[in-house]
Amino acid sequence: MIDKNSTTILSVQGLRASINGTEILKGIDLTVKSGEIHAIMGLNGSGKSTFAKVLAGHSAYEVTGGSVQFEGKNLLELPPEERARAGLFLAFQYPIEIPGVANTQFLRLAYNTVQAQRGKEELDPLEFDDFVREKMKLLEMKPDFLERSVNEGFSGGEKKRNEILQMALLEPRLSILDETDSGLDIDALKIVANGVNQLANKNNATILVTHYQRLLNYIVPDFVHVMQAGRIVMTGGKELALELETRGYDWINTNKQSVAGVTA
Amino acid sequence: MSEIVNTDYLQCLLKSWSVKSAESQSWLNQLRAQAIDRVSTQKLPTRRDEEWRFTDISPLARLPYQSSQPQYDLQLHDIEHLFLDEAKNRLVFIDGHYSPQLSTITDDKALVIGNLPEFLSAEGSILQSHLGQYAQFDDNVFTALNTAFLRDGALIHVPKNILIAEPIHLLFIATQNEVTSYPRCLLIGETGSQVTIIEDYVALQQAAYITNSVTEISLAASAHASHIRIQRESTQAFHLANCAVSLAHASNYQSVSISLGSQISRYNLDVRLTDEAAECVIDGLTLISDRQLADTHTCIDHLKPNGTSHQQHKCIVDDAAHAVFNGKIIVRPHAQRTNSSQSSRNLLLSRAAQIDTKPQLEIFADDVKCAHGATVGQLDPEEIFYLESRGLSEMAARNLLTYAFGAEIISRIPVTSLKRQLEQTVLNQTQSK
Repeated sequence: MIDKNSTTILSVQGLRASINGTEILKGIDLTVKSGEIHAIMGLNGSGKSTFAKVLAGHSAYEVTGGSVQFEGKNLLELPPEERARAGLFLAFQYPIEIPGVANTQFLRLAYNTVQAQRGKEELDPLEFDDFVREKMKLLEMKPDFLERSVNEGFSGGEKKRNEILQMALLEPRLSILDETDSGLDIDALKIVANGVNQLANKNNATILVTHYQRLLNYIVPDFVHVMQAGRIVMTGGKELALELETRGYDWINTNKQSVAGVTA
Repeated sequence: MSEIVNTDYLQCLLKSWSVKSAESQSWLNQLRAQAIDRVSTQKLPTRRDEEWRFTDISPLARLPYQSSQPQYDLQLHDIEHLFLDEAKNRLVFIDGHYSPQLSTITDDKALVIGNLPEFLSAEGSILQSHLGQYAQFDDNVFTALNTAFLRDGALIHVPKNILIAEPIHLLFIATQNEVTSYPRCLLIGETGSQVTIIEDYVALQQAAYITNSVTEISLAASAHASHIRIQRESTQAFHLANCAVSLAHASNYQSVSISLGSQISRYNLDVRLTDEAAECVIDGLTLISDRQLADTHTCIDHLKPNGTSHQQHKCIVDDAAHAVFNGKIIVRPHAQRTNSSQSSRNLLLSRAAQIDTKPQLEIFADDVKCAHGATVGQLDPEEIFYLESRGLSEMAARNLLTYAFGAEIISRIPVTSLKRQLEQTVLNQTQSK
């Protein structure tokens, strides 16, 4: 929800980044305030997933210009783990599998690491078990989920639910969901969207990175941004996503001059 | 390395050989005599032999350790920490010699279990038709030596349709310095039987010695066996081991072998799928450091149609250690509709660490499904990033991923207490601070 009195969580100005010498992000400006849900849409190759990874601190990308303030800190100075501990969370498009490590072990390790950094109490395996089972109800996950190896043999929907479960445990201030809708059938999409909606509140913010409008039927954004060739070329309200769905991304090219004046 | 030293080594070992007591079975004496003949015509392999090109065992030629003598002063409390809670049957061998005092047998009504020589008369014809029939010594000097010195050994014979729920622990404990021991195991699974054995090589102290072991496994139609093999010898020891497995119709062999110890170790595992629809799953983990060398050679031979084999071998190599994996898969002309997969994954933890991996597929049938792959490398940066994005430091992420790399194989061991022990071992050896 948009609220005039809310605080700024993320402020991106003129962000440029490249990989192996090729510039992907060519000057991005974005402000996200608490309570808001933003959608970043765009075709494959527009740079939207790169933007998500750069914010999370992926070392393969080199930031070549601009600034990012996160909760008043210079985000670009922090290694990825400190960004996570500071309250930034990236739900991966392709979560990795870790055969040999039980999901519950991994979840507790991540939870306790972040808790310790925030000066809060860590949980022992028993306490954590109760805690995580409660959170799992939110995503309608079966208990055997905890004993299986991290993401190993999980379906696409189970992997994405596991990402949102981690988000529920780590309670980030800013969640970035990178193509969380890809590879989900409609039932899984509803469950994941419901989880995200329940976790969203006036103190945190969410950025949805997506190719399709479909997800936005279930998680209604306050702002929709369209990325093209490494820049945000258009920003609007939730109607913009519907417009894109009916008219296609080509429509942007003929209209971006006239609508680009609309900003958050 | 000169061949004079080489020949001397074998001659030296053979000095202590003699046809043992007159009362032992003549067929066994014959087998041992045949083996000794083969030894006398062979040499220690060198790196010029294709099967040994990555593994230099020439240091062995300087260690003509004689056969160990039985040692009787070990007490239960000296070795209790090596026991596994789940195992109700445990055969203990000290430096290759069977110790009835330290062994526990509870299931001798349901199956034949004990020290080989005790069954030479009662099980004579069965033994004769299995012992030495799978582990061929014609071109394998170590199997020939083991057979020549064959005396004590673990015998497990599971009768038709008998299922043994608890694992059987075969514990081979090294206690003496500068000796050679010749452990031997024979598992016979009759039709429809099911059993789990744990072959466990341990040392009570750091010592230089040689273990030369041979294991033979024969599974009749629809028999199941799970074979867990743990090599945790002293890091000054040499461990030379051969295991030969014969699988009949629709039988199922599952193997997990873990190599942790020894200065130089070599494990040859040969599995023959001799009839239709036999299945095997063969997993291995080598976890070594310092200047250890661990070599695993496997051969899975599909002789008949509809067989299945799945193999995953992993090595984690630190410091200046050197791991070798050679995985041969043969699909014979008649073995149509064979389904076989092999994966060799290797992790180098230091710049001086070395891995040689060689998948070797020999396929002579046309209607088969065979997948194989080998990777050698460091940890995947995408995996590290994933964990960092969850708040773990780079070091914690690396430690977790390295642990997981090994733990994946450990997790396939169906004996909880052993699994926990080995998880701890992997944890201790993979964590940098």
